[in-house]
Amino acid sequence: METIKRKKRKAFVDENFCVACGCCAKVCPMSAIHVPNGIMAKVDLQKCVGCGKCAKECPASVIAIQEVENEKEMV
Amino acid sequence: MKKKWYDYLWVVSLTYLILGFFNILFAWLGLFCFFIPLIISLVNGNKGYCNRYCGRGQLFGLLGGSFGLSRKKDIPMWMKSKWFRYGFLTFFLVMFLQMLWNTYLVFTDVRSLKQVVTLLWTFKLPWHWAYHGTLFHPGVAQFAFGFYSVMLTSTVLGLITMALFKPRSWCVYCPMGTMTQLICKAHPHRKS
Ligand code: SF4
Ligand code: SF4
Ligand code: SF4
Repeated sequence: METIKRKKRKAFVDENFCVACGCCAKVCPMSAIHVPNGIMAKVDLQKCVGCGKCAKECPASVIAIQEVENEKEMV
Repeated sequence: MKKKWYDYLWVVSLTYLILGFFNILFAWLGLFCFFIPLIISLVNGNKGYCNRYCGRGQLFGLLGGSFGLSRKKDIPMWMKSKWFRYGFLTFFLVMFLQMLWNTYLVFTDVRSLKQVVTLLWTFKLPWHWAYHGTLFHPGVAQFAFGFYSVMLTSTVLGLITMALFKPRSWCVYCPMGTMTQLICKAHPHRKS
């Protein structure tokens, strides 16, 4: 129950500046980020654990790790 | 994460650069790096080449990452802006056309073969040791010199931005990456 209230960290991609290189997907330990359409990366917020590996790797530095309020807000 | 066979394609990219040092005609093989990404993006509507197979990107990732040859700083904002990326793509294509034109002039015997590799579109490096004659027209060799110039120039630019910013900073303004992304944006099977 308390997991619903606890703040979680998730990755968010600035879609305007993503170059769709896929470097993020290569390093994500949860396979939570992909580039499905060759335009921008998409994060699966259910899988993402907010570790920040993708953000560190991203050559364009367009991934921000942000806190989200609870599970419901993420969808 | 388990390494797949395609995670070692950086070996191919490195071998390519080395081979061109010994025999310029190997430069022709670089056409694969031009057509494969375009075909993948046109057929599948994704950047599968960048995302998986690009050995050049892997090479920068390796040198800047494991070998620590990168400051790992954020790339400046203007370098990821659309006008810079599209502007660089346009410039790159214009220079590419110019290279094709020079090749054409050699094919039509208007000009003679120049055994030089042009770095950063400016500096002419002697490269005659890599030319051992060709069974075909000298124009074939002229294209090889021109194409190798393109590949070497982009490698040097990539190495500079790798050192200054993140390892794969080249991917932000790589003309091939920009072009395949544009194709994906226009692709009919585009998934929203
Ligand atoms: S690494 Fe960055 S620029 Fe590349 S696909 Fe991922 S979010 Fe986009
Ligand atoms: S923050 Fe971690 S888990 Fe989430 S997408 Fe990035 S690498 Fe994957
Ligand atoms: S952007 Fe260029 S260098 Fe980077 S993975 Fe794609 S083709 Fe390779």
